[in-house]
Amino acid sequence: MAKFSKKPIELLQSIDYTPPRTDWMSTPNNFADGRWAYPGKPEKIEYLMHEMPGNFANPREWSPGDVDWKLPSNWKEIVHEGFKERLNKYRSLKVFMDVCVRCGACADKCHFFIGSGDPKNMPVLRAELMRSVYRKDFTLAGKILGKLTGARVMEEDVLKEWFLYFYQCTECRRCSLFCPYGIDTAEVTMMARELLHLCGININWIMEPVANCNRTGNHLGIQPHAFKDIVDFMLDDIETITGKRVKCPLNEKGHEVIFITPSGDVFADPGIYTFMGYLMLFDAIGLDFTMSTYASEGGNFGLFTSADMMKKLNAKMYAEANRLGAKWILGGECGHMWRVINQYMDTMNGYLQGPQMRTPVNPITGTVFNNAKQTKMVHIAEFTADLIKHGKLNLDKTRNDYIRATFHDSCNPARAMGMLDEPRYVLKNVCNHFYEMPENTIREQTFCCAGGSGLNTDEIMEIRLRGGLPRGNALRYVQEKHGVNTMACVCAIDRATLIPLADYWAPGVRISGLHEMVANALILDGESERTMNLRQEEFEELFAQEEE
Amino acid sequence: MNALYSLVFVFALVLIPLIGVGAAKLNVFFGICIPSTALLVFVAGFVCKVYGWARRPVPFRIPTTGGQQEPYDPTLFKQNKWDNPSTGPQTFMRMLLEVLCFRSLFRNTSLKLDVKNNVVAYASAKWLWLFAIFFHYSFFIIVARHMRLFLASVPMPIEWLEFGDGIMQIGVPRMYMSDVLILVGLLFLLGRRLADAKIRYISLVNDFFPLFLLLGISLSGIYMRYFAKVDVMAIKELVVSALQFQFKVPAGIDNSFFVHLFLVSVLLAYFPFSKLMHLGGVFLSPTRNLPNDTRMKHHENPWNDKGIMPHSYEHYEDDFREPMYEAGLPLEKLPEGAEEEAKA
Repeated sequence: MAKFSKKPIELLQSIDYTPPRTDWMSTPNNFADGRWAYPGKPEKIEYLMHEMPGNFANPREWSPGDVDWKLPSNWKEIVHEGFKERLNKYRSLKVFMDVCVRCGACADKCHFFIGSGDPKNMPVLRAELMRSVYRKDFTLAGKILGKLTGARVMEEDVLKEWFLYFYQCTECRRCSLFCPYGIDTAEVTMMARELLHLCGININWIMEPVANCNRTGNHLGIQPHAFKDIVDFMLDDIETITGKRVKCPLNEKGHEVIFITPSGDVFADPGIYTFMGYLMLFDAIGLDFTMSTYASEGGNFGLFTSADMMKKLNAKMYAEANRLGAKWILGGECGHMWRVINQYMDTMNGYLQGPQMRTPVNPITGTVFNNAKQTKMVHIAEFTADLIKHGKLNLDKTRNDYIRATFHDSCNPARAMGMLDEPRYVLKNVCNHFYEMPENTIREQTFCCAGGSGLNTDEIMEIRLRGGLPRGNALRYVQEKHGVNTMACVCAIDRATLIPLADYWAPGVRISGLHEMVANALILDGESERTMNLRQEEFEELFAQEEE
Repeated sequence: MNALYSLVFVFALVLIPLIGVGAAKLNVFFGICIPSTALLVFVAGFVCKVYGWARRPVPFRIPTTGGQQEPYDPTLFKQNKWDNPSTGPQTFMRMLLEVLCFRSLFRNTSLKLDVKNNVVAYASAKWLWLFAIFFHYSFFIIVARHMRLFLASVPMPIEWLEFGDGIMQIGVPRMYMSDVLILVGLLFLLGRRLADAKIRYISLVNDFFPLFLLLGISLSGIYMRYFAKVDVMAIKELVVSALQFQFKVPAGIDNSFFVHLFLVSVLLAYFPFSKLMHLGGVFLSPTRNLPNDTRMKHHENPWNDKGIMPHSYEHYEDDFREPMYEAGLPLEKLPEGAEEEAKA
């Protein structure tokens, strides 16, 4: 792996928005190390081919750095037929292939373009990579006039280019917001990736989590007994911090609510603090809930492979709710998990809901979540906001006074759901110092962490840090202006990817989940006096640092 | 290069009727045959294209949400109804704003990278929106004004439009504002394509050609009206006779009219097969024309494969029964020998 060692200033100086002199179709692609993520391991692909027939193919040892990608001999036919099938299945794809006027309004909206200056990272051109083949294969003018209409023949180099650039798109949909016709590059990227999968072109950082999630219930491959160990470990930590033993029922039948969160929250800093936060919150209100080791994942990496795979992974949520007899599902802080829940879940799997499932009602406040009456699934930020509004939480905001917070809207809850005010309401109720980043970088205009859609892997760190420039720069702005030292977010991928991003672009800013901050402020019945936060850092030292 | 090809091509298109009518005297061919064929191609092509889109399913609701969702508690959070609609009427408003006001384009920002001060800045950039509005509205008004050529008695709204368009009362014949603004709009769109390196890089012949064609149409129209001062009554006679399937072209119509008409014919025939179909496409864009209500309402995916089931819990427990038992996790089925063990 190429070690990434550019300093921030060097990276900034290397950005040039002037396109090369050569026409984009004849500009060769750079397959140097560090420009691509490692391909999927053959055994993972074999497993998935067995579990989800027709979606994956061609398991083998290969490397994108090699000249020979060991494609199936009929790969052109596979891509052509797959393309045709999807043009007929999705109006979105067909319309998006036809109506782009190349006005360029999207060009400077993509974080990868902003950070790299590579013209193929302009959403319009990223889609043209696919559109050019569409013109050649599926339009009369393209067939006759060819290159004059921007059409080109599908060759191996084109397929390789797809791999390079459709894995430099985090499906964040920021370009779609600015497009006069709503062309959504995420949709184009999803289709391109489906076609690549049919030829056995994929990345391990997606394939392994998908395979794991199918078998063990979560991306990380945590087996049930290990899951329980981790949870017990966190319960110990909560006891150390609060002097109180809270509960986390696992796989238990007969509870009202099943709580599902991304497994990143179980596994790594700072997600685990958010996870502890959920458990403390549930203890404080006496929620009748269980978690499941079988459905121990909310995030759905299937979304990054194919619609079928997404459906299969998502279906576990209802299956487990039924088995355990839960009435509704409470969902943790996660980005693309909520995209799947909000836009796809009921359409794909609604028929799997058992008769016991009900429109979610907050058992503590009696609030009916009518906006979730079909999916039966409530976001924890909505749930906590409701608790706060009804005064059901005993909060001591001053415990978070060492924090000067800003909020990062995660792309999916922001642009594929529209959950903007709920987390802010919660945050402002648990923290006295809150500052917004500049307005063109927040809410629906939020910038991606550059690690979404399965790209949060270290071998492409330069690409991630370049893509992280817009978010990092906005963060640095509030860091300098308001002394912001914490960026809160409601996405597990963010909690993982924003850390190197902040270390690089705005060193000194820490990343926190929303419910970590809630739990810091939350006073539990019968707790002992808190001297430390959820990270077991002494308040005394933290406040002393802040005063300096 | 792409711009040059397009320019040369449009020039060639201008020459065709000049030679065809001026030298070869093919008045009926250029005055009636070509325009009526082009009109047929336009209508049939447009309908086919829109039908082709409309018959394809929209399996999932994928609106781009540009604001606060419909909250569970409207007293606590205010929904952004026009950018994140959850009902039909709200979605209709969103589309209306999109189609009539180019709302998404209005949001446009431009990027500035200030390396020295380590700042990435975004400034509002409404130029594209403004000139796109100039062009599209002028085009619309001009097309509407032309309706008087097709109709025996001119309806009041078109009279008003024409009156409003010429209200500045400059020159004889009175100058139409739309004639000026369409040129301003087109020249800006063209200039932007040439001047902005990024946009030039992505511009194809398909992008320059319609701009030059529209410029040709506008300029020939302006020439006819203000300089050649063509015989409008004769033209109306031609149009009306053609509509009655009498293939007769009155004498004395200036050649510039045939150039204008030929270019319009090319535009009509080209339209359904080009990016100009964004006119129809904008209405069918699934990220804009759907309400964000999938958590509240069921929607059917016509090709949803119900055969796809999750990896079952039974399989999962079979895989991990022993360690689950040892960890004290509840089980559907105890491992072999566990009951005896418990009894002993």
